[in-house]
Amino acid sequence: MAKEYLTIKDVIGPLLFVEKVVDVKYAELVELEFPSGKRGRGQVLDISNDVAVVQSFESTQGLNTTQTRVKFIGRGLELDVSKDMLGRVFNGLGTPIDGGPKILPEKRLDINGEAINPVERDYPSDFIETGISAIDGMNPLVRGQKLPIFSGSGLPHSKLAAQIARESRVLGSDKEFAVVFAALGITFEEANFFIDQFRSTAAIERAVLFVNLADDPPVERLATPRMALTAAEYLAFDLGMHVLVIMTDMTYYCEALREVSSARKEVPGRRGYPGYLYTDLATMYERAGRIKGKPGSITQIPVLTMPDDDKTHPIPDLTGYITEGQIILSRDIHRRNIYPPIDVMPSLSRLKEKGIGEGKTREDHSGLSNQLFAAYARGKEAQELSIILGEAALSDLDKTYLNFAANFETQYVKQREDENRSIEETLALGWSLLSELPRSELKRVREEDIEKYMETKEV
Amino acid sequence: MVKGEIVRVAGPLVVASGLKDAKMYDVVKVGSERLMGEIIELRGGLASIQVYEETAGLGPGDEVFATGEPLSLELGPGLLSSIYDGVQRPLAVLAEKSGSFMKRGIEAPGLNRTKKWAFEPSKKVGDQVSPGDIIGVVQETSIIVHKIMIPQDVEGRISEIRQGDFTVEEGVAVIEMADGSSAPVQMMQRWPVRIGRPYAAKMNPSEPLITGQRVIDTLFPIAKGGTACVPGPFGSGKTVIQHQLAKWADAEVIIFIGCGERGNEMTDVLLEFPELIDPHSGKPLMERTVLIANTSNMPVAAREASIYTGITIAEYFRDMGYNVALQADSTSRWAEALREMSGRLEEMPGEEGYPAYLSSRLAAFYERAGVVTALGEPERQGSITAIGSVSPPGGDLSEPVVQSTLRVVKVFWGLEDKLAYERHFPAINWLVSYSLYAEKLEEWWDEEIDKNFRTERREALKLLQIESELREIVRLIGVEALSPNERLILETARSIREDFLQQNAFFELDTYTSPKRQFLLLDLIITWHTLALEAVENGMSLEKIVTSPVREKIARAKLLTDNEIEEFAQIKEAIIAELEVSETVVEL
Repeated sequence: MAKEYLTIKDVIGPLLFVEKVVDVKYAELVELEFPSGKRGRGQVLDISNDVAVVQSFESTQGLNTTQTRVKFIGRGLELDVSKDMLGRVFNGLGTPIDGGPKILPEKRLDINGEAINPVERDYPSDFIETGISAIDGMNPLVRGQKLPIFSGSGLPHSKLAAQIARESRVLGSDKEFAVVFAALGITFEEANFFIDQFRSTAAIERAVLFVNLADDPPVERLATPRMALTAAEYLAFDLGMHVLVIMTDMTYYCEALREVSSARKEVPGRRGYPGYLYTDLATMYERAGRIKGKPGSITQIPVLTMPDDDKTHPIPDLTGYITEGQIILSRDIHRRNIYPPIDVMPSLSRLKEKGIGEGKTREDHSGLSNQLFAAYARGKEAQELSIILGEAALSDLDKTYLNFAANFETQYVKQREDENRSIEETLALGWSLLSELPRSELKRVREEDIEKYMETKEV
Repeated sequence: MVKGEIVRVAGPLVVASGLKDAKMYDVVKVGSERLMGEIIELRGGLASIQVYEETAGLGPGDEVFATGEPLSLELGPGLLSSIYDGVQRPLAVLAEKSGSFMKRGIEAPGLNRTKKWAFEPSKKVGDQVSPGDIIGVVQETSIIVHKIMIPQDVEGRISEIRQGDFTVEEGVAVIEMADGSSAPVQMMQRWPVRIGRPYAAKMNPSEPLITGQRVIDTLFPIAKGGTACVPGPFGSGKTVIQHQLAKWADAEVIIFIGCGERGNEMTDVLLEFPELIDPHSGKPLMERTVLIANTSNMPVAAREASIYTGITIAEYFRDMGYNVALQADSTSRWAEALREMSGRLEEMPGEEGYPAYLSSRLAAFYERAGVVTALGEPERQGSITAIGSVSPPGGDLSEPVVQSTLRVVKVFWGLEDKLAYERHFPAINWLVSYSLYAEKLEEWWDEEIDKNFRTERREALKLLQIESELREIVRLIGVEALSPNERLILETARSIREDFLQQNAFFELDTYTSPKRQFLLLDLIITWHTLALEAVENGMSLEKIVTSPVREKIARAKLLTDNEIEEFAQIKEAIIAELEVSETVVEL
């Protein structure tokens, strides 16, 4: 039975302090009726004997303390799910906004989900071919992985995310594939770019979109990724689909969290973000994965813009500690007109070794990528030296490496936006670059692989 | 049970009234689902409780029951090969009961109640026993003999002792106490997690914990019973190092605590360990391992408890006389859980919002490591080696968790992201890392492995140190400014880095190097350096030395196995031959 109150005492930012409440539960969903008749939703954040702190998902403009009605619903925030969600667009709270009919729910799920029991997890091990060499060859994405893109404002992370969503496929598999997309506080134009991309390739039919734009209430943004992940879990673990979840931009999500935290007067951690930011992010990122005995999977690609390109900022920092690697975009490479501007050195895929090798990609993949990393690192070192001392001061070997690094960027990393390189092409490209180096420098690849895959140049 | 009532709920913190006589750190059951929690503050008749499960749906007026007992573990046969959450609930049992996702309010005892274990008594009726005495054994796994010890507060004469198959709750012996009462002894005993188990005496560590990781064993070794910390930014390989230690360390029992880390990492351990064979015993690694998994999305309060759960189990095996290695990945997540609860209690924050008692809690945790003589008969020594990883924000080592940890641990393996980017793994920076056990342990190496160990280890460290200075010079004025000797040092140091320090955890032949091979490998590089120096002085061209074919053999020597150990001698001969033959050429 729903109880209705007219007893708001204070309104502070997005928070309402409701007095004289009885039998209200923590995390309960709240319906608000504004004096104008407008309706909104909120959630209980703190409940003591007679005061409930409610966080409103709507803007609190037009709300007052005397006439606003507060109704406690007796359950948490939930999402109606069904297979018909595919191809639809929802707002940040799960209401359809594409003019289509309401979803007839198969199930109604709490958006907070539940933690996967670690013993029930199945280890991600299926290589996903994204068609992008810098990812497939060097930092491969694996089904069930959470691999964020760390970007900066003005860098083409949206293009890259869209390209991955469009072209990803798993080698030798044709299971049902779906994309769940969550727009978190991004602009209309950016959101539209994604929707257009999905429409133009007919990918929209297997996509579910949740859109919270920059001018939507920030508090709603706290619910949006959880809506998206709840939908993804239903598609993956109930319907057995392979789901790719793209969430952009996590930075705006964290800022919304900070906004609510400061309204609650909580003790701030680094840079004003709440001390529980790590746990909060983890409850979302950890919803990626595979479960034993279930055919589906959830792969997450969260996108975040690093404030001032600073990787040590709390948002990328805590994200990096939770996710299984990161793809880092570099402004420097972008300026040199290389797309995708992926800086492969600080980028990392923690599941690389599990997703590649014989039977998955090819037996030489691991050694090859380690050798490319080492050679590229040596080339970058030579580059630094040549900046200070001039190229003439370099030894012949250093010059070879310098060349290698340049070729690596312009031939291996760089590719067209519509270019879909197969893993064989990527590997062949790697060997062809290595063939420029003296044989004695190739310490990380096996002799037999060199014999088999490297075409020796005629001198 | 005393019954109280909730007055406030804020995240994992619940405040309750009416819990008369409740004591600090007593366990309480909250709400109709009986969620487990622990009292962390008593103020003005109200008890603040940290709840180990999600609190959504709780509200004022809901009931709270005090159990009157502190958070305790069940210790006995069945611990090994288990995987527990932060409060010792077996995750496999939870999965059976509630499926793939963690549901709330499910209880499951830490030890299996129905499984029978074959108990073999080692004492007989009439024997006098006191706490810690071993009265019998159970072959728990094929490698670990579980010793059944007399619990605390039990002392007297054995009036009954039985042999045969029993569950952990069935009595295996009866002790006639001094006051005439009789105490039944079962294989399971309970112990509160926040109190260290008693021992007879503590000693200084003196033996190395061999990990098979060259940079650790040779350069920055840890002793059995020592403490170490592994700080590093994300992506620098903390978890891989922890996994490597859990796999290869020559401890008899491994306790691995996944504290607020990734779920997939625990899965990795779970799937991999049963397959991996322990190089020392030839049995699956899982048979000596206890896993505690409280992943980052599991309730934060249980994460706080998880490291205490881990170290209490470690102490229990230590008391049996085993060398235990405990790994906590990561203590930063534990500290954050502490911070979160402290914030909700509205305590005055210390540095970076962490509570002021952070460093004393950390110190108290690491102090539970060490080498001890256990209580009771027969006399035996056991040890706990505690290795904690730290995840400093932005890799900044000046932050409170790293600093508080460094004050208590003796070994510091500093990871660096720059090395990781170059795929130099393990990315342990050789210039900042240290081990306060190094000198003590050199004695062991000199005696057990080779008398030249100490000299060559120090030579290697010196070369690396000089290299960093020389690289500064090269960066400023170019390699031409260096003398041939100095250029040779650069070459050798690079060889130490690439051919010795770098070790591929994912490559079967490279993942573990025995102490003997570690020494032989280092010996090759240092021998090459010494002879090359002489050759330079005798006028041989540096170019020729540096490109000598034997260097490729040195580079591949790390992949030699223990069965191919004589090849090291061959390579050494080749070094001597190459550098000497050319010498005579020069003389001509």
